[in-house]
Amino acid sequence: MGIICTMRFLLVEDNLDLARSVVDRLRLDGHAVDCAGTLSDARDCLAAAPYDLILLDISLPDGDGRDFLRAERRLGRDTPIIVMTARAEVSDRVNVLDLGADDYVTKPFDFAELEARCRAVLRRRGAALQTVQHFAGLTFNPLNATLGVGNELRELRNRELRLLEILLAAPERIFSKDQICDRLFSYAESVTDNAIEVYIGRLRKKIEGSEARIETIRGIGYRLTSR
Amino acid sequence: MSQAPLSLRLRLVLQLLGIAAVLAILLYFTVRTIAEQAAEATHDGVLGAATLAIAERLQGGDSGVGIDLPYEAFSILGSISADRVFYRIEAAGKTLTGYADLPLPPRTGASVAPVFYTAPYRDTQVRIAAVKRTVLVARVAVPVLVVVAQTQLGQDAIAQRVARRAALVGLGSFILAAVLSLLTTGSVLRPINRLAEAVGRRGPQDLRAVDHPTPAELRPLVSALNGFIARLRGALSRTETFIAEAAHHIRTPLATVRARAEIALRQAGSEDSRETLRAVIRAVEESSRSAGQLLDHATVVYRSDRLADEHVDLSALIARLVMAIEPIAELRDLTIMVAGVENKIVVRGDPPLIESAVRNLLDNAIKYSAQETQIDIGVEKKGKTARIELCDRGRGLAGQRQSRLTGRFQRGENSGDVVGSGLGLTIVEEVAAAHAGRFELTEREGGGTCARLFLPLV
Repeated sequence: MGIICTMRFLLVEDNLDLARSVVDRLRLDGHAVDCAGTLSDARDCLAAAPYDLILLDISLPDGDGRDFLRAERRLGRDTPIIVMTARAEVSDRVNVLDLGADDYVTKPFDFAELEARCRAVLRRRGAALQTVQHFAGLTFNPLNATLGVGNELRELRNRELRLLEILLAAPERIFSKDQICDRLFSYAESVTDNAIEVYIGRLRKKIEGSEARIETIRGIGYRLTSR
Repeated sequence: MSQAPLSLRLRLVLQLLGIAAVLAILLYFTVRTIAEQAAEATHDGVLGAATLAIAERLQGGDSGVGIDLPYEAFSILGSISADRVFYRIEAAGKTLTGYADLPLPPRTGASVAPVFYTAPYRDTQVRIAAVKRTVLVARVAVPVLVVVAQTQLGQDAIAQRVARRAALVGLGSFILAAVLSLLTTGSVLRPINRLAEAVGRRGPQDLRAVDHPTPAELRPLVSALNGFIARLRGALSRTETFIAEAAHHIRTPLATVRARAEIALRQAGSEDSRETLRAVIRAVEESSRSAGQLLDHATVVYRSDRLADEHVDLSALIARLVMAIEPIAELRDLTIMVAGVENKIVVRGDPPLIESAVRNLLDNAIKYSAQETQIDIGVEKKGKTARIELCDRGRGLAGQRQSRLTGRFQRGENSGDVVGSGLGLTIVEEVAAAHAGRFELTEREGGGTCARLFLPLV
């Protein structure tokens, strides 16, 4: 999946079940995730490898995540940190932002929301990630939400962008409507098959003029291919 | 039901009044007795002098005892009162002159000083002075008794006057004592009232120990109160910790369920299991949202009793909240347009509550907006109030009354499958009320809803 493919997460979470689930879920989207169950494990991981983003729990067996956050920032290390909090009080939220967190999510979090927040954080940071992708004459920048076709720069709406990310993650692979639907819409929305066709139609317009095209495989789904 | 014990003030006042009454009565009797005794002594002195003056005029002789009654003696008596005077002079057991039935003294002393006594005579009480003399008659010593009596009407009148005066003195001293006792009671009880005021003025969040200066007698009460406050503080902080722990212990497994369900959904084949998993995810979302809203609502109720009185810059608050919520809006291709946040607009209030209200409004707008629409949020000064206005292109109010939508756990009939707890607008309304502000919902022209929150400016 687009940019996020190249993302490397450090998950700091002591609840093993949750940690395993989050790791599995993020890997499903193609992310690389390391997991630390304690703050000292987290420090070891950070010393050993660079990360694009840290997902930080607050209550950990060997200390408070907020102290870790404060220490990281004081040491001048600015890896983006998103705090996962189980408390939903205003004071907690403001508090972690003041301490230097880039954002927070409240458990249980929606992975689509988490991804959107990661994207927003990286965009704000002017991420030094290798973000631009090329395919069949398309230059896709997911952080800026722009698509270059030839010399022309076209803006993508969020759903168009995510749809392109899905298809671009595995060109030539057929994605079913369900697979696309799950990633494009929230579970609370009732979605008609027609809705997906609307977005496919729009995206087709946006990639016009390049070698890329989106094929409809009747009764199965869609795939991105190049002429 | 046990009766409340008598108030301290009443108790003190009654006791002091009781003492004052007893003292006043004692004073009355003392004054009266002393005055009567003084009057009687004066009267006796005059009566005795008159008697002695008569006795001076007794003359012996060969034929018998002679007397030349000195009328000035009677005029002395007349000078102190208009009472009637009786006399009797008796020599050797026979009355020489005067009233023969005037009572004789019970005993006559050997002294030359008169003897005084009171006896009934002719339907009245008379004061009598008697003096004994020996007169030589034909060289024989004859004992002569001079008895002078005077009715006591004048003295009684004096006594009555004195009694009235004494009663006035007693009453006056009683009234004075009553006033003083009221003042004393007030001053004795003042430290208690001051302490009560100092404790009463506190808000529910003020759990500092009481260090109000108090007299030594109240110190046990204050230290008991402080002990209680410390226990209460402990209990509250345990409750807060408990709520935080509880939230943690509920939300963490919910997060696991949600992540697992999303993974399973990705891998699920049949439409049935997909539907089931979607329902699971929706339920997780609903329960976590409800938990959050319940906490928010509890915070609003708890803090409403005693609002923090701080300056809140609505422009900064809105900018921050919009930035925080933007990624979620983006997921549905919603655009949030913000207007009027270039200038500070400062209201007085409780920052967490105001933030809670605005966040709930934003949340609602995002939840109910049709995808790819615009949400307009603006803040401006309207007279003495700041108006936050939030308009969406959602499903509108469908003719439902605002009072229904802001009711607790009430959700609009047209809320459909949008996840919610029915507390969001309740929170907004309560925050508005707590700040003496106002909240209104109206249908937006061209479809959708406009929510307006009015808060008083600084």
